[in-house]
Amino acid sequence: MALPSTLNRYLLLLAQEHLEFRLPEIKSLLSLFGGRFSSHQEIHGNSPFWILSIPSEDIARNLMKRTVCAKSIFELWGHGKSPEELYNSLKSYPMEKMAPFLHSDTTYKIKIHTFNKTLTQEEKVKRIDALEFLPFEGKVNLKDPQHVFSILEDYGLDPNHIPEKPLNIYFGRWIADGQRELIESYSVKKRHFIGNTSMDAGLSFIMANHGKVKENDIVFDPFVGTGGLLIPSAHFGAYVCGTDIDYNTIHGLGKASRKNQKWRGPDENIKANLRQYGLEKYYLDVLIADASKPSWRKGLFFDAIITDPPYGIRESSRKTGSQKEIPKGIEKCPESHIPVSFNYHLSDMFIDLLNFAAETLVLGGRLVYWLPVYIPEYMEEIIPRHPCLKLISNCEQRLSSHTARRLITMEKVKDFEDQDQYSHLLDNQFLPYKGLNSFREKYFSGVTKRIAKEEKSSQE
Amino acid sequence: MKLLTHNLLSSHVLGVGPQGFLLRIQATEICVSPMDFNPNFVRRMIPKMEWTALVEAAESRGHLSELPRQLEESYEKDEDFLRKVHHILLEVEVVEGTLQCPESGRLFPISRGIPNMLLSDEEATS
Repeated sequence: MALPSTLNRYLLLLAQEHLEFRLPEIKSLLSLFGGRFSSHQEIHGNSPFWILSIPSEDIARNLMKRTVCAKSIFELWGHGKSPEELYNSLKSYPMEKMAPFLHSDTTYKIKIHTFNKTLTQEEKVKRIDALEFLPFEGKVNLKDPQHVFSILEDYGLDPNHIPEKPLNIYFGRWIADGQRELIESYSVKKRHFIGNTSMDAGLSFIMANHGKVKENDIVFDPFVGTGGLLIPSAHFGAYVCGTDIDYNTIHGLGKASRKNQKWRGPDENIKANLRQYGLEKYYLDVLIADASKPSWRKGLFFDAIITDPPYGIRESSRKTGSQKEIPKGIEKCPESHIPVSFNYHLSDMFIDLLNFAAETLVLGGRLVYWLPVYIPEYMEEIIPRHPCLKLISNCEQRLSSHTARRLITMEKVKDFEDQDQYSHLLDNQFLPYKGLNSFREKYFSGVTKRIAKEEKSSQE
Repeated sequence: MKLLTHNLLSSHVLGVGPQGFLLRIQATEICVSPMDFNPNFVRRMIPKMEWTALVEAAESRGHLSELPRQLEESYEKDEDFLRKVHHILLEVEVVEGTLQCPESGRLFPISRGIPNMLLSDEEATS
């Protein structure tokens, strides 16, 4: 049985970075643009080459306008394990699909891309010459061709065992490049206003993609800090807002997070950050508020909640409490009332976050957040659940030999009815992960440091 | 603080419940900052708004009779109307002042455009 004729095959060339995050990103974006991610897709785990079946070139182009995990996409004309297989495969590709791009009044060039091996100029020319059986009638134009074709050779993933011959060879027509350059242009190094825990640009764009953020959405961050996670959403055309418990951060006051700079400058705030990137028109508001005591009326406002809750390592986890409980360390705050903050149990923080998402997200809206884990004790069961939220993806980023954080993406699939209805349910659901309260203690206990030291000395 | 945000906020002082909506604006400084008109965004926002509350807030800011008390059925096509809503939702900003809980009277300060919604534990719902 042939594949459904409506689906064309495309070759996706991925970057070898944040490997676990790539599949959820591509799946999320395909579903956002109306492509279905079927079981027919040929995904090769950690390989940079994936073959996707996508209904139309438009969907492929839309995908590339968003992805930061993929470098390029090609309309796949042929594929084989050897040059002969590739040529046979090319010969069976329908001529009517090739002809418009090979026509005599077109210009073109052929590029060679290899993974895990470098070819000499001579070898490259040989490979291009071998394609002369294809009816290229257009003129070669290396500077500004109308059509670009690529030969892509895959020499596997092991740099210590590079095979003589490629494991896979692909030939395709280049369609579009992804958004890898955003990682550079939105780099935290060049950002006006940053905090101690600002997310690196690549991951923050991945978060917005996992969250299926789209034009005219409202995206909310309840732990907004310096607003780094709002920037990718605004870049994709969503309107953004956030809250944070820290008066000084929201107002851009106090000590700077940069080396060589003691205090924050006069215009260091979230709005100015968006302005730096020409995105001020997507700024709604930021408020000083306690994420554990939301001050929103009932209603479904948010299309996505994308956040990096503080887990008490580089920024403290706090919520407001009574004055009696805090003997010292009260922050200077120019308001007449001084609400103080005390430590906020990690498990309580995530219960509050999931409940809040279940209550305020539109149906189909997504919650994307980081969960810290202590690797030796990690099991999938500790991922917090909620009856209204379906787990979509769960990707690990290592922080040290024993600690990691996991990017959790959930989608609202059911209306939130009454908080009380979920309370006993939640206790059971959250029980396995109460142990996370000890994440901070473990992190600071020196256990991780000691183990790292031992590992290092055993390697020497 | 934009009036869009104001329309979504509610006081969460202990025991106030749904009566915590709508917070009363007492402004000492208001500014109008132009924002790009995006009809598709405004169209999406209108169903999310508490309409009567929005009209009330607009009127209390001196934008009397700019918005109809009742939403017309064909509002989606009425660009003139969408522009007015855009102006009220996104361009009118409270820079300095307070938000007052209509039930308890608790004041939430707004400073440099940013409301401070923090409560002490005694005041907050648990």
